[in-house]
Amino acid sequence: MVGLLIGCAILALFPLFSVFLYVCQQGLPGLHVNFFTSLPKPVGEVGGGMANAVLGSLILITLASLIGIPVGIATGVYLSEYGKTKLSMILRFCTELLAGVPSIIIGIFAYSLFVIPMGRFSSYAGGAALAVIMIPTVARTTEELLKLVPVHIREAGLALGISRWKVTLIIVLRGSLSGIMTGVMLGLARVTGETAPLLFTALGSQYWPRSLDQPIASLPVQIYTYAISPFEEWHQQAWTGALVLVLFVFILNLTTRMILKRHAPAKD
Amino acid sequence: MRREAHLGDRIFYLLLNGVALSVLMLLGAIAWQLIHLSLPAIHKFGFGFFSSTNWDPVQEVFGAGPVIFGTLVSSGLALLIAAPISVGVALFLNELAPRRLAEAVGFLVEMLAAIPSVVYGLWGIFVLAPFLRITVEPWLSGHFGWLPLFRGAPYGVGMLAAALILAMMITPTIAAICKEVFRAVPQSQREAARALGATKWETMRLAVLESSHSGILGAVILGLARALGETMAVTMVIGNRAEIAASLFAPGQTMASVIANEYAEASGDLHLSALAFVGLALFAVSFAINSVARILVWRLNRNRGRDF
Amino acid sequence: MSGTRDIVITQTILDAKNINAWFGSVHAIRDISLPVEKNTVTAMIGPSGCGKSTFLRCLNRLHEEVAGARVEGQVLLSGEDIYGPGTDPVAIRRKIGMVFQKPNPFPSMSIFNNVAVGLRLAGMGNKALLAETVEKSLKQAALWNEVKDKLKAPGTSLSGGQQQRLCVARALAVNPPVLLMDEPTSALDPISTAKIEELLIELKKEVTVVIVTHNMQQAARISDRTAFFLLGELIEYDDTSRLFTNPRDKRTEDYITGRFG
Repeated sequence: MVGLLIGCAILALFPLFSVFLYVCQQGLPGLHVNFFTSLPKPVGEVGGGMANAVLGSLILITLASLIGIPVGIATGVYLSEYGKTKLSMILRFCTELLAGVPSIIIGIFAYSLFVIPMGRFSSYAGGAALAVIMIPTVARTTEELLKLVPVHIREAGLALGISRWKVTLIIVLRGSLSGIMTGVMLGLARVTGETAPLLFTALGSQYWPRSLDQPIASLPVQIYTYAISPFEEWHQQAWTGALVLVLFVFILNLTTRMILKRHAPAKD
Repeated sequence: MRREAHLGDRIFYLLLNGVALSVLMLLGAIAWQLIHLSLPAIHKFGFGFFSSTNWDPVQEVFGAGPVIFGTLVSSGLALLIAAPISVGVALFLNELAPRRLAEAVGFLVEMLAAIPSVVYGLWGIFVLAPFLRITVEPWLSGHFGWLPLFRGAPYGVGMLAAALILAMMITPTIAAICKEVFRAVPQSQREAARALGATKWETMRLAVLESSHSGILGAVILGLARALGETMAVTMVIGNRAEIAASLFAPGQTMASVIANEYAEASGDLHLSALAFVGLALFAVSFAINSVARILVWRLNRNRGRDF
Repeated sequence: MSGTRDIVITQTILDAKNINAWFGSVHAIRDISLPVEKNTVTAMIGPSGCGKSTFLRCLNRLHEEVAGARVEGQVLLSGEDIYGPGTDPVAIRRKIGMVFQKPNPFPSMSIFNNVAVGLRLAGMGNKALLAETVEKSLKQAALWNEVKDKLKAPGTSLSGGQQQRLCVARALAVNPPVLLMDEPTSALDPISTAKIEELLIELKKEVTVVIVTHNMQQAARISDRTAFFLLGELIEYDDTSRLFTNPRDKRTEDYITGRFG
């Protein structure tokens, strides 16, 4: 019986090793400066990179963060500091549900909000879709970390004649800054790899990003496009792109874990 | 109640309240927009949309039958594979492994959940699909070819590949929740079982699994919700043909993958609307499933909190 | 509550009148009136759950911050009702400081900032004056000599006893006429406890102290007046020496002789 359980663990971990192995093996040869500095070359030409997609991803993530991070943090603060009202119970439930909405659906939502009125695919649409996806992740982590701040710390602030909003911002929130950072990073990690909601919002492009109201390339969409193409050189690029993406997401996750670990003993 | 709230506090509260309400409304706005976009398709096809098995963009005839079938089969099969493995992993991590090992394995499983879907898809196209085409599918049709499930040409990409990759992707989700559920079982229950002379395995079964039924169910349902909505990896390995086939080797299409595939290049308004209608159905289903699962997990935690 | 009438009070600084408090539907404080004399230490004793801490938290309007909690009655601070209409609880709490059971310095702040934060938020921008006040408060709290070389260190790096004195300094910095203390030594070792007790006797020259304690010896050692609480009611309130030597209520006597609690 014990062997069976160990077997399950191995079986579950096997894909991780396989995926990681292949991504490294196939992706490493293409990983050099060019990848981050050059535009994609037309089929048949050697070299080229995904610089436009890397930059595009950064732009989209920045746009998403501008909305997603403040709204997510504010929601988390509301849930932790005013979390006992009926409204906040409903809100907590809805945040969970929002986190469960398939990202492709969020894509349709952003399409209807931006692409239809503007008449074209754009960075705005892509950024908005990613922002919606970020909110629940950031909110949930913020709420959980603020709840680690003991009630008596808040009361100490109140008893000093500090108003509740200042206690919340200056003592509770600033005291959990590194914790909030983890929420933000988890949110970033989540949206960095998102592909589906970008397919028909940001669309994709073979050129440098020019303006926010134009279609824009992104790393995950580029990987997808190249992966399903029939060209060997593009497959190679897709693997390298995947390697970059995986490394980025892993680093974010690892940093988050390290911060959380340091954070945990300080909760009392 | 005599309480004059501080002015700054009131503004702060209203501000937060506003943001919170707007997040609340976001969910409603998504539903509203989906309904709005689906209206032409709803008018044209009505509820017959879901039973019609013909999806033909060229003829502008749309029925969601094939994609619903594809979604159910791929997710169901994925669940059949992933659920037992996940429960096993969670038991292993929580009851069996020494703390250090459990931490390391738990960390790796979390990383598994962090890998972007498109990377799974890439791996699926170039590693999993060839493996299925060359090794697994010929073997299956050789030995079990009398079953319609394993008949037909081994393409590699198809329903089987989609189900396998989905199983990989939902295992971390189910395992993580099961782990939480098992951890919530009070130590005293395990000790009671041990005191009755139960072996390690019997203890797990009696003390841990027996009292975690609804929690495991919740975890599996959340896994199902994740599988239903999973898009990229499935799109990349399922073969993308909106047909109902008996064989698991045949290409198929899911609700999410048909949107991913066709939305950007949809040929006409009715096509877009039909895709949005599929999206609306997917939204409604995942909404319902997530609600049920959340309530299950919550109620379990609350009951335990009260009893012990 | 006949006992309260016998005390001669010359100058009342804090006067609680007919205080009732609830947690949801639980009536935790039943019609308690208690005048506090200026520049004294007033102790509140009683078995746990008797409402002494809740009553204390009514005195700076902290009780109402708990969800579902409610207060009725009057508390006059130098003649002015802190529950009066239009009174800002935030302003009240600047005048009535509080030290809690567990030392709770703000975790993200340095020693200096812990003491300075109240002043800064009350609008003191003058850095020299700020430093001066911080020094004065830390001296008042008998902590200055131990921390003067490491003011930038985090407040949580201090020992438990030092942290509690830091909390005293933090409360004193905004110069409140009244200081409430909720079992301030129950989490401390005997040496730190002795330090805090010495500190209190010194402090009452400038501040009026109301202290909740479950330690009767402590009440006897440091307080001028003692109030005995039982099941949300004030049973007896008298000069400390009289209450401990010659209690008038049977229940007080039972408690101080250790027959229950």
